[in-house]
Amino acid sequence: MNTIFKRFVWIAFYTLLSKELKRIIRIWPQTILPSVITSSLYFIIFGNIIGKRIGSMGGFDYTMFVIPGLVMMSVITNSYVNVASSFFGSKFCGSIEEVLVAPVPEWVLLLSYVMGGVIRGMIVATLVMLVSMVFTSITVYSWSITVMVMLITAFIFSMTGFLNGLLASKFDDVNIIPTFILTPLSYLGGVFYSISALPPFWQKISYFNPVIYEISAFRFGILGYKDSIDIIYTLTVMIIIAVLLFVLCIKLLKLGKGLKT
Amino acid sequence: MAHMLTVNNLNKTYSNGIKALKGIDLTVKEGDFFALLGPNGAGKSTTIGIISSLVNKTSGKVTINGFDLDNNVYEAKRQIGIVPQEFNFNPFETVLDILMNQAGYYGVVMRQRRLLCEKYLKALGLWEKRNGIAKDLSGGMKRRMMIIRALVHQPPLLILDEPTAGVDTELRYFLWDFLRTMNREGTTIILTTHYLEEAEKMCRNIAIIDHGKIIQNTSMQNLLQQHNTERFFIDIQEKTETIPTLPGYKVSYAGSHSFEVKVSKGQSLNELFLHLEKQKLHVTGLRSEGNRLEELFLDMTAKH
Repeated sequence: MNTIFKRFVWIAFYTLLSKELKRIIRIWPQTILPSVITSSLYFIIFGNIIGKRIGSMGGFDYTMFVIPGLVMMSVITNSYVNVASSFFGSKFCGSIEEVLVAPVPEWVLLLSYVMGGVIRGMIVATLVMLVSMVFTSITVYSWSITVMVMLITAFIFSMTGFLNGLLASKFDDVNIIPTFILTPLSYLGGVFYSISALPPFWQKISYFNPVIYEISAFRFGILGYKDSIDIIYTLTVMIIIAVLLFVLCIKLLKLGKGLKT
Repeated sequence: MAHMLTVNNLNKTYSNGIKALKGIDLTVKEGDFFALLGPNGAGKSTTIGIISSLVNKTSGKVTINGFDLDNNVYEAKRQIGIVPQEFNFNPFETVLDILMNQAGYYGVVMRQRRLLCEKYLKALGLWEKRNGIAKDLSGGMKRRMMIIRALVHQPPLLILDEPTAGVDTELRYFLWDFLRTMNREGTTIILTTHYLEEAEKMCRNIAIIDHGKIIQNTSMQNLLQQHNTERFFIDIQEKTETIPTLPGYKVSYAGSHSFEVKVSKGQSLNELFLHLEKQKLHVTGLRSEGNRLEELFLDMTAKH
């Protein structure tokens, strides 16, 4: 890649990303606020009201135990929904053609939308963490694992959101997956409980839920609580999935799937 | 003169089996003002879609200002500014944001972006609206904004798909002047339009596409020379119950006090008046109706 082309690519990336960030900020009551309010309610209900009756889980106060799960659930939902709705919105009003006719490489288009999702996920995660501090105090066990898991998770779900937006042909297609797949997977992915607490049969079933790995790894990063899931193995698989999704998205973009006739 | 656009044996078959383009060959010279005409569904938009990378071609080759669209896609894309027929911008963004972003996608640096946006916003009378939300603009303003959006990276080739559709006469004349100036300053322009008068007035060369094939590709002058007949409407004082017989002329009924006469090249109008005089018909008005290009266009597309 020559220097001039590199500069053009950087300007295009910066333009697309800043457009995404402006959108997130412009409609913050839709993009930022709902997760913070929902998480606060979870902290009040599950942490304070019900949590006091539950006592401890995995050796931790229940409020403390659910924090990583709730943060990760916010990251997953926000990064996914941000990219899926923003990209499909661009397709719907035709403004994606502005980018398609321009000399913007496919990976720049993909990366800018995905980074928008990752950043929204990070903003919401930070706010949910701050809200959680109202209810309990937390000392992060491993910042490196915490940040790494959060970033890779946001990256993976931003790309799945991109795939959804790319292949969707109507708004219903964008809403179905978060409602009927993501939310149930998150609830059953150990947000509110440790999979070690499940009977052996349900434990085995749970291992088919991809969300459980992210939540367990993140909980390890924050609390140092180790479920029956291997952290190194989980991180490796997450990185492989992220790379595969990236390659798949690029391939579909090059073919013009969902964009060109 | 170098070629700004070369299209060789371009074919497009959609997934439903419809063959939209059947081996199109097209050449547009640098600095040309070129009309691409055809009836609805003829393949104009598919051709433009392929040139602007919005439609995948089945086979063929497209070269833009010397850059092959397959092998040098980014440089080829940089050569084109496209004004599509449909509004395709985010209606919730401001005019300036839309334009600044578009220039950004082409790698234009921030300072230059501002200057170019200001230049074209002022030239097309939208400077006062720069901070307005796009959805609040009138139809004509949206059309002008899309023209500016196509120009903010200063492409040598501007492709306009029905740029004056739905705009009032005053704005249409304004846009014609603007495009003529752009062309004089060196921008090659390809225009598709349903207003054939527009193509006749503005364009130097023309291609007519029908059923996915180019049926005519020549200069406007050559094409218009093929025009053999002219239609005249003659108003007379007397009420016409039957169509008057005018030997050598094709006559048809056009109202109780008027009829239409087709006069071929070389036929005399004096002779026509002599026939009318003989039949004691008093002419009160004479007008030439119809656009020459329109008649040729209808004639050619009807044959295919």
